[in-house]
Amino acid sequence: MKFRIIPRLDIKGPNLVKGIHFEGLRVLGKPEDFALYYYENGADELFFQDTVASLYDRNSLHEIVRKTSSQIFIPLCVGGGLRSVKDIREVLRAGADKIAINTEAIKQPELIREASIAFGSSTIVVSIEAIKRDNGKWEALIEYGRETTGVDALEWAKKAEKLGAGELIITSIDQEGTGKGYDLELTKAIASSVSIPVIAGGGCGGPDDAVKVLKEGQADAISMAATLHYKTIEILMEKSKSYEYSLEGNIEFLKTGRQFAQVNPCTIQDIQKTMQKQGLPCRLKAIHE
Amino acid sequence: MNNFDVAIIDYGLGNLFSIKHACEHVGLSIQITNDTNDILNAKSVILPGVGAFGDAMKALNRLDLVAPIKDVAAKGTPLLGICLGQQLLFSESEEFGHYKGLDLIPGTVQYLAVQQHENRTLKVPQVGWNSINIPPDKGPNAWDGTLLQGMPPATDMYFVHSCYTVPQNTDAVLCVTRYGDTVFCSGSTHGNITAFQFHPERSGKDGLRIYTNFSQQIRSAEAS
Repeated sequence: MKFRIIPRLDIKGPNLVKGIHFEGLRVLGKPEDFALYYYENGADELFFQDTVASLYDRNSLHEIVRKTSSQIFIPLCVGGGLRSVKDIREVLRAGADKIAINTEAIKQPELIREASIAFGSSTIVVSIEAIKRDNGKWEALIEYGRETTGVDALEWAKKAEKLGAGELIITSIDQEGTGKGYDLELTKAIASSVSIPVIAGGGCGGPDDAVKVLKEGQADAISMAATLHYKTIEILMEKSKSYEYSLEGNIEFLKTGRQFAQVNPCTIQDIQKTMQKQGLPCRLKAIHE
Repeated sequence: MNNFDVAIIDYGLGNLFSIKHACEHVGLSIQITNDTNDILNAKSVILPGVGAFGDAMKALNRLDLVAPIKDVAAKGTPLLGICLGQQLLFSESEEFGHYKGLDLIPGTVQYLAVQQHENRTLKVPQVGWNSINIPPDKGPNAWDGTLLQGMPPATDMYFVHSCYTVPQNTDAVLCVTRYGDTVFCSGSTHGNITAFQFHPERSGKDGLRIYTNFSQQIRSAEAS
């Protein structure tokens, strides 16, 4: 068994975006370009999260999923704004292999059971976006970190497993976008309390953080965004001097070439090399290339 | 004979679209169908599937698909089962009770156990990449002429499963995979039937190689 490396692509309208603690979203480019680059360069899976799907319509996401799914031959998980079995069926029909639910799962936990019966547990990933509280516990937030719930993240993780979730993706909102490392305590608390796979997310600043959350946090897989995206932008810009990006949204940062100081941009191969040195098995590059 | 290459059986379970994309990528035309005639006259058939064994058999029975699948298997049409589709080809399963399968490959389907391995818990379902190998009782050329032709041993494929198959006859075991202390049959073959526990259509370029081999199998079945 290999530890999975899962690039996370947050999508707003037609764009790939990235913020800090889910706020101040910057436009990085076209999700299709990044997805194809990650597929060609060793990603084990991809995770698309629509950041505003619950606020606007989802047609643009379906279009991105449709286009990406026909070009990449690794699993694609899609989350954001899925409110019913019907919504889930539509995104699966667009080409997703799995779906992630957070907001509606907390509002209506039976959706996990219904969806896992309809599509199989392995298709249903419950996404938990957690923030640390003063009492040392974590609270699950909904609506892309915009709303509190009072729900204890650890208890919710156990309940989600019982309801039929096939996997959990845990994102620490405290760490998200900061590049200061994963929330190891949160990951470990959940990973050691459930018997389904746990994907750690939020805070990866480079290969060393990945190793830490796999070893100390007991994660079964890791997702990361900024640390890969900033390296990918450099590579895509180098490849094509006229690297296109949509003119919607906040693109000032792309024009100036600035990046987040905390994040150490790296490639998937950089993470794999560090993992291997630390005795953490990962998938080597495909043989038939 | 139909004018498409592959009938992908649609009985309401599984990601048919990733299989469709993989087929098209290697130049195979497809029809997603639950029509008996489409299946009986197909040049080849893929039985996909994600979900529970019992529900899947109920769906196949409800749609009257059991007899056509057995018929195509009997007349030598290349037939490929993937994931749950693989398990359904076996005689019976213990998943959520006890269910009879299509019984095209003699053997059973059992649960994968959650286990402790090297100080960590190996979770179930197994989700992720794991390597496939030639069964230890077979020689280095065991994959020649099969859908794994040209695949180096220890190639990684993408798995998502809680159960695994146990063929009655070890000759049927095409490849094996280790999960902790369990070494299980991850692919089997029986005449014109091949079945994989992993998802070749989601296993990158190595997985696509299996579809290329499948395409060659279809062409040579057509020619004969």
